[in-house]
Amino acid sequence: MSQLDWDKNAVVEVIDGLKEKPGAMLPILHGIQDALGYIPPDSVPLIAEALNVSRAEVHGVITFYHYFRETPPGRHTVHVCRAESCQSMNGKGLEAHAKAALGIDYHETTADGVFSLEPVYCLGNCACSPAISVDGETYGRVSPERFDEILNEVRAQA
Amino acid sequence: MSVVISVYVPRDSSALSLGAEKTAKAIIAEAARRGIDINLVRNGSRGLFWLEPLVEVATAAGRISYGPVQASDVAGLFDAGFLEGGEHALKQGLTEEIPYLKNQERLTNARVGVTDPVSLDDYLAYEGYRGLQNALKLAPAEIVKAVTDSGLRGRGGAAFPTGIKWNTVLNAAGGQKYIVCNADEGDSGTFSDRMIMEDDPFVLIEGMTIAGLAVGATKGYIYLRVEYPHAHKNLNAAIAAAEQAGYLGQDILGSGQAFELEVRLGAGAYVCGEETSLLESLEGKRGLVRFKPPLPAIKGLFGQPTVINNVISLASVPIILDKGGEFYRDFGMGRSRGTLPIQLAGNIKRPGLIEKAFGVTLREILYDYGGGSATGRPIKAVQVGGPLGAFVPESQFDTPLDYEAFAAHWAVLGHGGIVAFDDTVDMAQMARYAMEFCAIESCGKCTPCRIGSTRGVEVIDNIINNQDRAKNIALLRDLSDTLLNASLCALGGMTPYPVLSALNHFPGDFGADQAV
Repeated sequence: MSQLDWDKNAVVEVIDGLKEKPGAMLPILHGIQDALGYIPPDSVPLIAEALNVSRAEVHGVITFYHYFRETPPGRHTVHVCRAESCQSMNGKGLEAHAKAALGIDYHETTADGVFSLEPVYCLGNCACSPAISVDGETYGRVSPERFDEILNEVRAQA
Repeated sequence: MSVVISVYVPRDSSALSLGAEKTAKAIIAEAARRGIDINLVRNGSRGLFWLEPLVEVATAAGRISYGPVQASDVAGLFDAGFLEGGEHALKQGLTEEIPYLKNQERLTNARVGVTDPVSLDDYLAYEGYRGLQNALKLAPAEIVKAVTDSGLRGRGGAAFPTGIKWNTVLNAAGGQKYIVCNADEGDSGTFSDRMIMEDDPFVLIEGMTIAGLAVGATKGYIYLRVEYPHAHKNLNAAIAAAEQAGYLGQDILGSGQAFELEVRLGAGAYVCGEETSLLESLEGKRGLVRFKPPLPAIKGLFGQPTVINNVISLASVPIILDKGGEFYRDFGMGRSRGTLPIQLAGNIKRPGLIEKAFGVTLREILYDYGGGSATGRPIKAVQVGGPLGAFVPESQFDTPLDYEAFAAHWAVLGHGGIVAFDDTVDMAQMARYAMEFCAIESCGKCTPCRIGSTRGVEVIDNIINNQDRAKNIALLRDLSDTLLNASLCALGGMTPYPVLSALNHFPGDFGADQAV
């Protein structure tokens, strides 16, 4: 078995809706990741055929960009900013706390499948450093205590 | 009395990151509980981030602000009569009179924080689309001349004269020409592109439309970083509203001229802020940097003549076409004309957006505006211009913000981001991070950047660990020289700025004073 169940229809629908756009590759990859949370490796041949490029080219594009992922994420994705402005406000301490609190390193998902942890290089929230984002919502001036509160709030929503 | 009072709570993502959404909901709930009818406007941010969430109330005297207002403060504000501008510990007075804001020269950001970002009516009520109206009466070469006369230089960091770039595209032969907006604002310490796109997206749309008229391009793309979801939403809403009202489309305001606009998302690659890498990405490829020449102005997107400009450059065009190139040129100093939206961030008491004419000094920004460090400790260094910008020591804080004055100190203004560090920062670690960042983000096309950045981390580790320190410092300088002179683009070519400036200004942090 090459991978877990994946929704081929959703992938085909995204490809068919976008393949005529000039430079359709990134819109298609975004569309698939928006729909499924990741880009299933078995969708690569479908994309390649629709865009008339090789599978290697599709694979090359997916792996070039930090944002695209080929494995399913946790229910919530936490991005911790590693960039300079956040570092100036104890961002490194926050990174260490995030890893310890979740018990995982970057690019990993907690065993219960609730949180994935990713680094990010700037959220544009530098005036409110240090910053994190959870599922695309940004939080500013995040102390370790605030980090725990935010995750508890997110957990409660789930 | 049945006058409905307008209350403003920002929807800017930095304000949201500090609780603005909860504050807005609390105001609505409290007003309902008290049976008071209010008009809640979700404006952009004024950029006074130590006061966010900044709540404003419209009064006969002008907008009065309170901040920072958390949801728990809301009942108390109603008790204090804030809807009539009542006294309260959080009251900041008339917003426009707050010195931080009053002493700015807001040209590009004139509407930021004032209006509802996605309301075309608001945009028009605050002098929006006057530049386009003028541009529609001009010949393409006259539009280009106005931009050239303004002295506007690319605000993305390279500071290339915008008018000259436009003129090249105007005169280039080609069928389909393109306007591409570089909205891949990846530099740490910068957020002015984000604020324009979230808080006044129409000004960018207007600027791109004018650029299209100027060079004969009918199609535009905004290449937006994926880390900015709120900007994405607001840009799309504003584009739809502009299309609906005839400001975009096949026949702009009945002129017979066409311009269409589409937002495309990046995917977390810093190097895609480099213009040729961005074009590759827009074409659906890995973001590998291209060799230049040919310049994008001659052979850009899909091989066609392309204007590629930063958000702030394009967003500065409407006021230039509205008030004239001379009006804009009269701000600034030397060859740096107009204004720069300075983004003050990091370890600073009053961080924010400060749009000033070129010429203000770093010290004025850090202390008069910023109030010193957030921690209250001395500011040891500031990094200006993002992760590829030099670290500037206290001895150079009197340098005016001017492209040439910074270049004279072997520093850069870049995109106008300033990140302050207090005296607890270890500059050897910052130099190491600069090399590490370059290694993570290198596109891999050229060897100095791809290999040199990884070697750079190793060499700095050896210096930190006191292994052959003197020899390794010499090696780091040699390696930096290779990166500076042999890299294909600014990522490898400028990583030595933070590295060598840290080493030169703070040798003690590298143990260089003990190196024999």
